[in-house]
Amino acid sequence: MLFRQAGIFHTDYASDRALFPIAADRCMIGLLLLFGLAAPLLLNSLYLSSYLLPWLVWTAGALGLNLILGWAGQFHLGYAAVMGIGAYAAVHATRFGIPWEIAIILAGSTAAVIGSGFAFAALRVKGLYLALSTLALQFVMDWTISHVPAISGGTQATLQAPDIRLLGFPITSDAGLYYVALVWCLLVTSFMLNLGRTALGRALVAVREKDYAAAVIGVNSFYFKLVAFSTSSFIGGVTGAILIGTFYHAVTPEQFSVDVSIQALAMVIVGGLGSIIGSYFGAAFILLMPGAINSLISWAATRFGFSLGIETLAHLPQALYGALIISFLLIEPLGLGKIYNNLRDYLLVWPFGYVKK
Amino acid sequence: MDWALLCESAVNGALVGLMYSLVAMGIVLIYKSSSVPNLAQGAMTMLGAYVVLGFANNAGAPIWLAIALGIVTMFGIGMAIERIALRRLAGRPIVMILMMTLGLEIFLRGGAMTIWGGTGRPMQLGISDAPLFIGPMLINRAYAVGAAVAVAMFGLFALFFRTRTGVVLRAISDDYTAAWSVGISVERGVAMSWAMSAVVATVAGVLWGSVQGVDQSLAQLLLKGVTVAVLGGLDSIGGALLAGMLLGVVEGVASSFLDSLLGGASRDLVDAAMLILTILIRPNGLYGRHYIERI
Repeated sequence: MLFRQAGIFHTDYASDRALFPIAADRCMIGLLLLFGLAAPLLLNSLYLSSYLLPWLVWTAGALGLNLILGWAGQFHLGYAAVMGIGAYAAVHATRFGIPWEIAIILAGSTAAVIGSGFAFAALRVKGLYLALSTLALQFVMDWTISHVPAISGGTQATLQAPDIRLLGFPITSDAGLYYVALVWCLLVTSFMLNLGRTALGRALVAVREKDYAAAVIGVNSFYFKLVAFSTSSFIGGVTGAILIGTFYHAVTPEQFSVDVSIQALAMVIVGGLGSIIGSYFGAAFILLMPGAINSLISWAATRFGFSLGIETLAHLPQALYGALIISFLLIEPLGLGKIYNNLRDYLLVWPFGYVKK
Repeated sequence: MDWALLCESAVNGALVGLMYSLVAMGIVLIYKSSSVPNLAQGAMTMLGAYVVLGFANNAGAPIWLAIALGIVTMFGIGMAIERIALRRLAGRPIVMILMMTLGLEIFLRGGAMTIWGGTGRPMQLGISDAPLFIGPMLINRAYAVGAAVAVAMFGLFALFFRTRTGVVLRAISDDYTAAWSVGISVERGVAMSWAMSAVVATVAGVLWGSVQGVDQSLAQLLLKGVTVAVLGGLDSIGGALLAGMLLGVVEGVASSFLDSLLGGASRDLVDAAMLILTILIRPNGLYGRHYIERI
């Protein structure tokens, strides 16, 4: 098959440290990149701007959350709040006349500063209590955003986001917005891919596995937890800003409520903790599933000739969404990324299945 | 500030707080036996109310019978949740367990909405709307009944933990490995605690349903329940009762001050602030005894 190889023979450190040592992986990634670049030509604008674009932006968000949850092993039940901080910061900055390129950096920095505030509150405790305090901070952030008129413009208000301008050129076409999302997603992905072979990434993993043990070998666990929180908040803040700039075009407090935090968490869990390709799968799964379930239900309704009430139709996808999260946790706790890896491991040595990888 | 008004909001707050502690008791029961933080307790409360309403409206049972049937049904549902969803996750990282309870939350909420629809329904318990007069204070009668039931539930639990099954549960919460080694079926004990927590959730659901109607917003009692449970100490039922009262008073008094300053809806803010402060200052709560790892 595609992956088949007769052993791994590295002759220098560069090939040992390569991100994708297997030729088939490199080919597939090249093809995917080509497809990503050519997508505005290949797909119609509906698919481009309502499926592909949010998928890329949410993948970047899921990767940011995965950094803190999967790599550093710290809870974050308030990720949507961080994204919201970034979104509001960017919108206000651009309305104030700051160029968009600087505004998203500002958005990320604001989110990183406040997100590290989360960390300071949270770093005194671990595990469950950390989860609960980030959840409480999400509520505080929700409340602050929606009740301070200077931020949200009033409880029920919607703030229009100014158009994105890059280097003075306004970006309004679907393709342009798509490329903005693509570039951000690729940036985050390459950061996460390289994280695994840097000192920072290894320190994070050491802290995740056992922070006492990390301290014994000289890793300052508090410092690295703080770094993890602020980095992931930076990514989240910029992602929130880009989500507003390219997809929603207007910002309301409900876009960053508790439910959205849980949705982001579901992306990471369904995709797989600490798995990059899993974050892509998870984001796609969670974003596409409600629509898929809806069309499945309506197909089944016409096929088997039963009719459902409006209430039922409205809430059934929600119930199935919960059921899917439950069944993922029961059947494959490491998510879609693990399923992909199992398949890949199988193909690596196919047809010699008895060979240990 | 008018002292009578302050007293009134404090007393009503304490009564409401006792009703919060009904939700918190469910969380505490499960946490005690299996160290699982049940974030689905709000949804279970909502489901309990819907099941009782289902028996009362759809099957036409009188309300007392509907409540009894609802309690029995929820007992079974609680056991089933533990058996199907939680037992296989024992020993997994806590992030999986938290996500499982969140998934259950979404599933139960969505499922109840699918079956019964999202429109709010009243729960008629036959408690009159007329307030009780104590001196110059007006006390909400439904809150008073709810608080009385909460205290009664606490009494029942205090008695229950002296029975044979109760002693088994206490042993499990003390040290489940030791309990295992002397032949106690830990799985059955944990299932029992889920079932009892579902029963408490039903009671809470009925009482809260009679106060604010039965709809999706019952699931939002989760934040109050979690706050009360953490404030009281996650493994102390008495702590939950006391913390509920404390939170209710703080919430009632603070919101009567803050609402005018902040433009309303300050209750959730007070809750979240209490939760954060508890975790920062005294994470094991008022009466919790678990050692909590700090950095």
